Amino acid sequence: MGRVVVVTSGKGGVGKTTSTAAIGAALAKGGQYVCVVDFDVGLRNLDLILGAERRVVYDFINVANGEAKLSQALIRDRRVETLYLLAASQTRDKDALSEEGVARVIGELREMFDWIICDSPAGIERGATLAMRHADQAIVVTNPEVSSVRDSDRIIGLLDSKTLMAERGERMEKHLLLTRYDAGRAARGEMLGVDDVLDILSIPLLGIIPESDEVLRASNLGAPVTLNEAVSAPARAYLDACRRLMGESVPMVIPGQKKPFFSRLFGRRAA
Amino acid sequence: MKLLSFLRPKSTAPVARERLQILLAHERLAMGQTDLVAILRQEILATIARHVEFDPERVKVQLGGAGSMSTLEIDIELPATPMPPADRLPPRRSNAA
Repeated sequence: MGRVVVVTSGKGGVGKTTSTAAIGAALAKGGQYVCVVDFDVGLRNLDLILGAERRVVYDFINVANGEAKLSQALIRDRRVETLYLLAASQTRDKDALSEEGVARVIGELREMFDWIICDSPAGIERGATLAMRHADQAIVVTNPEVSSVRDSDRIIGLLDSKTLMAERGERMEKHLLLTRYDAGRAARGEMLGVDDVLDILSIPLLGIIPESDEVLRASNLGAPVTLNEAVSAPARAYLDACRRLMGESVPMVIPGQKKPFFSRLFGRRAA
Repeated sequence: MKLLSFLRPKSTAPVARERLQILLAHERLAMGQTDLVAILRQEILATIARHVEFDPERVKVQLGGAGSMSTLEIDIELPATPMPPADRLPPRRSNAA
């Protein structure tokens, strides 16, 4: 039985789709059978980030409504053969996904894959609540910025109340993925630090992804950053996050953290 | 260090942190209350339903208040002639009144 993970945030543009693709690809590269599922009906983008935009024939809604078989809609990645994509529909709206349809498709995916990674749309509307509904665990993607942290807090509340796990009285495992982190700015007090965000949200940290040009470059090319530049700082951070997701204990390093200029100059005195 | 601090922009992260802590303390409380209302509603309805028949649609449960006082408002529309308690009626098949 596969594990269902929802990648969610509340706020848009924080890196849910990038993270879904990067983590999905990294897990698959490690030999796991992975299906990444786009829940953003009407605004799909996971296909584009994975470079599979021209290969979508049938989508999630077709399968949920019984118009196509799951095997017809699953798109196998050309680089990693254990990575599959179930695309969202671009032409329908979010109400086209029925709760029963989603439950059936997720059930089928659980039988076929080790990991089902659900890319949630932004917001707290139907698409987002459907994406989290069947999850066994959640990755909350947060930027070190006030509006993102606030929205993440709201999403954590929903994960604890509106999911099937919560309704069964179980507690969902939630992980924080801090993205677009700039260690230099955090050190200068210009940006919320890792500890600030962890103190406020109080969920365990899965990884810290540094702000990096590599992320945009990978998306331009339609390749997850973990496949495109596997040795780059963000790719290494995603790979570490995946190992933690698999239950390994990997020491947390803050990517790009340097000693501030003055402490380098004066040594301990200024620190 | 202090003498040179005017050369650097003032650090804003502590302000962000404090604002978030205050805001989220309020929002978590407010969210918790909506849950509280749902729980209260369910339990109050269950208690009343044991004794009186009523339309669950015609029930309002609201948590309000001003300043330091909180109020719990429960508004239930009962039928003109109260039905006998449910436990004296034959068992019902569904919830429909």
